[in-house]
Amino acid sequence: MGMPFLRELNPLIRFFMRFYPGKQYNTTPHTPLRIPLNECKVALITTAGFFLDGQNPFELNDCSYREIPNSIQTDKLKGGHKSSAYDEQGIETDPNLAFPLDRFRELEAEGKIGSLNHRHFSFMGSITKPMALIKNTAPEVAQILKADSVDVVFLTPV
Amino acid sequence: MCNQSVGLIQRAIEEVGISTVSITLLEDITKKVKPPRALLVPYNLGYPLGEPNNPVLQHAIIAETLALFECDDEPPILKVSQQREEK
Repeated sequence: MGMPFLRELNPLIRFFMRFYPGKQYNTTPHTPLRIPLNECKVALITTAGFFLDGQNPFELNDCSYREIPNSIQTDKLKGGHKSSAYDEQGIETDPNLAFPLDRFRELEAEGKIGSLNHRHFSFMGSITKPMALIKNTAPEVAQILKADSVDVVFLTPV
Repeated sequence: MCNQSVGLIQRAIEEVGISTVSITLLEDITKKVKPPRALLVPYNLGYPLGEPNNPVLQHAIIAETLALFECDDEPPILKVSQQREEK
């Protein structure tokens, strides 16, 4: 395995990514971390498209999200979005590869982070029309996490 | 476009006053979205934390990512992971 240079992706994806304009920003929001990590409440976000039994699977270009309770066993996570752009075998074997909840439980037990929030969030990846994500669902999850008094969010793509 | 989605969600969360860090696999996309703090890892799409069932490596990558909070640079901070790519 190596760097995911465009030449390593399949030709259709490579063509798409070369010409997909993407979102471009000139500024960056900035909230400095004001307390030590071992006092922080942490939440995780993944765009691997995981969901649980009883939740709706994600669809293509789906900007919605699924709430993942902190109490779940990671081997109960389903899905992981299917895409020809990547090999999903890894996250099927070990969801921690894109949603490292077990690793953060270990950090919590070791006292390296303060605590884990009682819920985390899963989004779909491969969203080529992200307007609903930008306008609605991402700010909605941000407000939920703020209401939960979360200090730090750790985000992982797939 | 997972890496773009992560950046967009990250921006929204940082904007409400929560500090964020992320992992990225695609440097060009992250440079455009400009999330506040991101670690660029040397793995293929689908493997952001390196290897399945390798807690030691996964912890090393998480530690590198969380260390971005200690970086004095002005965001956007995009650092390259010190992990070696797999053979």
